[in-house]
Amino acid sequence: MGATTYETSMPQQEKSPAVKAALTPRAFEVRVLRQERPGRPSYWERHRVTYERDMNVISVLQRIAEQATTIEGRKVAPVVWECNCLEEVCGACTMVINGRVRQACTALVDRLLQEKPREIELQPMRKFPVVRDLCVDRSRMFETLKRIKAWVPIDSYLDLGSGPRQSPEVQELAYLFSKCMTCGCCLEACPQFLKIELQRMPGESDEQLHARRHDQYTRSFLGAFAIGQVELFNSNPIGKTDAAERLDALVAEGGIQVCGNAQNCVKVCPKEIPLTTAIGRQGRAATWHVLRKWFDR
Amino acid sequence: MPRPRVMIIGGGLAGLAAAMKLAELEEVDVGVMSLTPVRRSHSVCAQGGINSVNELTRQLGDNEWKHFDDTVYGGDFLQHQPPVNEMCIWAPKVIDLMDRLGVTFNRTPEGFRDHRRFGGTLFKRTAFAGATTGQQLLYALDEQVRRWEAAGTVTKYEFWDFLGPIIDAAGRCRGCVAQDMVSMEIRAFPADAVIIASGGCGAIFGRSTNSVACNGSAVSRAYQAGALYGNGEFIQVHPTAIPGADKLRLMSESARGEGGRVWVPRTPQDPRRPEQIPESERYYFLEDRYPKYGNLVPRDIATREIFKVCVQEGLSVEKDRPCVYLDVSHLPRELLDRKLAGILEIYEKFQGVDPRTTAMKIFPAVHYTMGGLWADYEATAEGRLVIGSPRNQQTNIPGLYAIGECEYQYHGANRLGANSLVACIFAGLIVAPGVTSALQSIPGGLAAAQPSSLFDGACRQHTEQYKELLARPQGGANPYTLHQELGRSMTEAATVVRHNADLAAAYEKVCDLERQAQSCSLFDCGDWSNQNVVFARALADMFPLARLIVKGALERDECRGAHFKPEFAIPDIDSAEPESAGRQAEQWCDRWEENNRRWLKSTIARLGPDGEPQLTYEDVDATLIPPRPRLYGVTGGQVIEEVWRTRQRKQELHKDQLI
Repeated sequence: MGATTYETSMPQQEKSPAVKAALTPRAFEVRVLRQERPGRPSYWERHRVTYERDMNVISVLQRIAEQATTIEGRKVAPVVWECNCLEEVCGACTMVINGRVRQACTALVDRLLQEKPREIELQPMRKFPVVRDLCVDRSRMFETLKRIKAWVPIDSYLDLGSGPRQSPEVQELAYLFSKCMTCGCCLEACPQFLKIELQRMPGESDEQLHARRHDQYTRSFLGAFAIGQVELFNSNPIGKTDAAERLDALVAEGGIQVCGNAQNCVKVCPKEIPLTTAIGRQGRAATWHVLRKWFDR
Repeated sequence: MPRPRVMIIGGGLAGLAAAMKLAELEEVDVGVMSLTPVRRSHSVCAQGGINSVNELTRQLGDNEWKHFDDTVYGGDFLQHQPPVNEMCIWAPKVIDLMDRLGVTFNRTPEGFRDHRRFGGTLFKRTAFAGATTGQQLLYALDEQVRRWEAAGTVTKYEFWDFLGPIIDAAGRCRGCVAQDMVSMEIRAFPADAVIIASGGCGAIFGRSTNSVACNGSAVSRAYQAGALYGNGEFIQVHPTAIPGADKLRLMSESARGEGGRVWVPRTPQDPRRPEQIPESERYYFLEDRYPKYGNLVPRDIATREIFKVCVQEGLSVEKDRPCVYLDVSHLPRELLDRKLAGILEIYEKFQGVDPRTTAMKIFPAVHYTMGGLWADYEATAEGRLVIGSPRNQQTNIPGLYAIGECEYQYHGANRLGANSLVACIFAGLIVAPGVTSALQSIPGGLAAAQPSSLFDGACRQHTEQYKELLARPQGGANPYTLHQELGRSMTEAATVVRHNADLAAAYEKVCDLERQAQSCSLFDCGDWSNQNVVFARALADMFPLARLIVKGALERDECRGAHFKPEFAIPDIDSAEPESAGRQAEQWCDRWEENNRRWLKSTIARLGPDGEPQLTYEDVDATLIPPRPRLYGVTGGQVIEEVWRTRQRKQELHKDQLI
C-alpha cells in the first residue's frame, strides 16, 4: 500500500472535440501484473491494444484474451480475470487500475488515459490471495457475512402476509446499505484489513486446511462492508431480533475496535455507501452492548 | 440411511428460491452450483421491479385474473395457461414474502409499498426497490441461503461449471458432472434431482444486456443429453439499451414507467444538443402511433418502432450508429433521484453524460430468452396447479427439472416487463414441494444406492473430453473471434425483423462456424484456473442452441410476439369507409383464425443424431382465456375487435345450443 492515497474522483474537464481527437491515441499500452497460480512469483507483462470508442477495462481485457500476444510478440495465455454483469451491480470485477482499486467495468479508457497518457496499469487486489493473474479469492467476505448473521431470521417461507410498514426515510437509509455488492474495494483500501494467505502444510487434508483458514478468518478484522451490513440488519424491524448476536461479533476479536478510522473505505466505495456513518453508529452500539452485558452479569 | 440430495445448477433468483424452500422442507441436502459466486448472478441486473396485483390496483378493478390476462395477451397466447394463472395468484404472496425477508421496497409516505406502471398493462402493479430491484431480491434470497449454509443444510459450489446430467439406462437423471473452474478437477455429483436454473443465453448473440455467465451452456448440455427445448425462436429484444463496446447495458423500462419519453428530432441527425431542440421539432413517435399505451407499449412493439424509425425511416439521432432519445430531463429531479437514481447513474458512469439534464441515446438489444427447456406441470380441473406434484417444472427426463429464465413456460411469445422476477421466484418456490414428493418414491432407489460405475463412467467421459480439448493442435480458429462472428450472424438474422432468406443463410453460417469451433485452438493448455477451456467449451455448446433458435424462426411463418416476419404479417385495415373497413376486418379475422389454427403451438426441439434440431409442435392449453387478436396499435384495431367480439358471441351461442 505504502503511500497510496485515496481521493474521491474529480470530474474531468470537458475538452473540445479537436483537443480530444489530438489526445486520442491509436493504440495504448497495458501493463498487467500476472501470476500463474498461488505460491508462484508475480511478473509484469506488457500488451498493446488498439483504441476503440467507448472502451472500458473489460473490453481491453477481452482484446488481450483475443490477441494472447504480448507487445514483444510473444504468445501467452490470456489474462485471467473475474467479471459478470459489466454494469457495476455484481461486484465481480474489482481490481487495482492505475494504482486505484475500482471496478473494471466502469473504468473507462478515455478517463484512464487522461489520468496517465498512453498506458494503463492493471494489478490484482492486494488484500486477497491471488488465484491467477487478476483473479483473487474473496470467499473470506462471504464467510464474514455468516459471522455477522447477515440475514433476516423469519419464521418460515409460508404466506404470512406482508412485512412491517416502513417510512420512506427508513427505506431510503436501508437501501443505501443494501446496495453493497461485496466488491471488496473498502477492504483493499483499509490499512487495518490484512491479507490472509495460507499454504497447505505437509499432510494437511482439504478439511483441515479449510478449518485452519476458517479459524484465521474468524479472528481477523471483518472490515467496513460487514459493519455496513450490521447497520442494515440491526435496523431492520425483524432483523433486529439477532442484533445482540451481531454486536457480539462486532466486539469479538477482529471486530469493530480494529478500525483505525483512516476513512479510506468510504472514499473508494463505488456505491457511495456511508460506511463511516455505519462505523460510528455501530461503534456506539457496540460500546452500549458491552456495558449492558457487563451490568447484566 | 443417506439423505436424498438435490443439485441446483445456477444461483440466481430461481435457483436460490428453490434452495431455500427445499432447505426449509428439511428432507434433503441441497447443493447450489454456479459459474460465479451466487451473489453476483445475473438477477442483479434486473432493474425495474416485480409485478403483482396489489391493494391499490384491486380497488381500481384489478385482480389476479387481469394480471394473468395481461400476461397471456402480452405473450400472444403462446403459454399453457394453468401455470401462468397459478403464478399470478401467487404473485402478491411472493412479494409479501420478499418484503418479510427485508427487501428494501420503495415506500409511500404512509409506509406502504410503492408501485409503478410497466409496459403492457394499465395498472400500477410493479413493486420496486430503487432501480436495482433484482439485486435487492437476489440479496434477500442469497442471505437466506447463506443462513441454511451456515446451518449445514446447503452446500455451495461456486466457480463450478456444470458439464452435463448423469442419466442411467432407464433414462432417469441421477446427478451431474461438473468441473471446478479453479483446480480444474472434474467430479460426479450423485443427486436424486437436478434442477437447472441457469438463466438465459444472451451470449449467443454476442453483445446483449445479459451478464457474461449467461452463455446457455448448462441448458445446451441438458438439451444435448436429450432434454426438449421449447419456443427457442422467441428472444426478447429490449427497446432501450445503452450501446457499449463490451456489453449493451439495459436502460430499464421504469424510465418510461416514471414518465420518460422516446423521441427523435424531426430533422434527421439534427446537430443541436437534444435540450436545444424545441418541442415542435421533436417526434414522439410512440405516443403518436400508440395513443393508449404511449411510451409503455409492450417491449416487442417499442423495439420494432425504434428499429423502424432508425433503420427504415432514417431518423436516427446519429448517422453512423442507430439510436433514439430516451428523455427523462423534463421530470422533477427529486423524483429521478428517489426512484431512478440507480439506472441514471449507470448511464452517467458509462456515457459521461447526466441524463437528468440531457436526453439519453439508446437502441434495442437482445435481452431475454422466452424459450427454454421444456417443462411439465400438473393442472387441476379449475386450471390451477397441483402444488406438490412431481411433474411441476420437470423436463422430459425424469429427475431433471428446469426453473427460471432457462425454461419456456411462463412468457409465451413475449415477456411483460417485471414479470420475470415473479416467474423466477414462483417457480423456485413451487419446484421444491414437487421435488420432495418425487423423492418419496424414486424408481430404483436413491442415487447414493446406484452402482458407482454409473458415476465413474460419466466422470471419465467428461475427463476425456477435457483432455482432448487441452491437447488440441495450434493453428485452428480463434474461439473469441468465432464468438463475435456467431453473435453478428445471430443479431443480424434472428432479432427484431426476420426474413426467411436471411435466416436460411444464417443457419448455414452457424453450422459452418460450429465446424470451425470443433477444431478451434486454445491459447492456454494449463491445468489451473483455465478460463480459455471454459470459454471454448461454452462456445461449442452455443451452436446447438443457435441452430434451434434460427431453425425455429425459419420454420415459423407468422408474426407472434417477439417473432416478427413482415412477409407474414396480416395487413392493417386501410379503409376509413365503414362498410369496406368492416369487410377488411372480417378478412383480417379469418386470416387471424386460420393462422392460429396453424401456429398457436409451441415449437419443441429435440437434438437429432446428426446435430440437427428436430422440430415438432405442441398444442397450447388455452382453456382459461380464449386467444384474441393482439391489437396494440394496429390501424383499424377497433373495427377488428368489434368483428372478433361478434364472432365470439356467435360461437358461445352455438355452444349453448349444443348443450
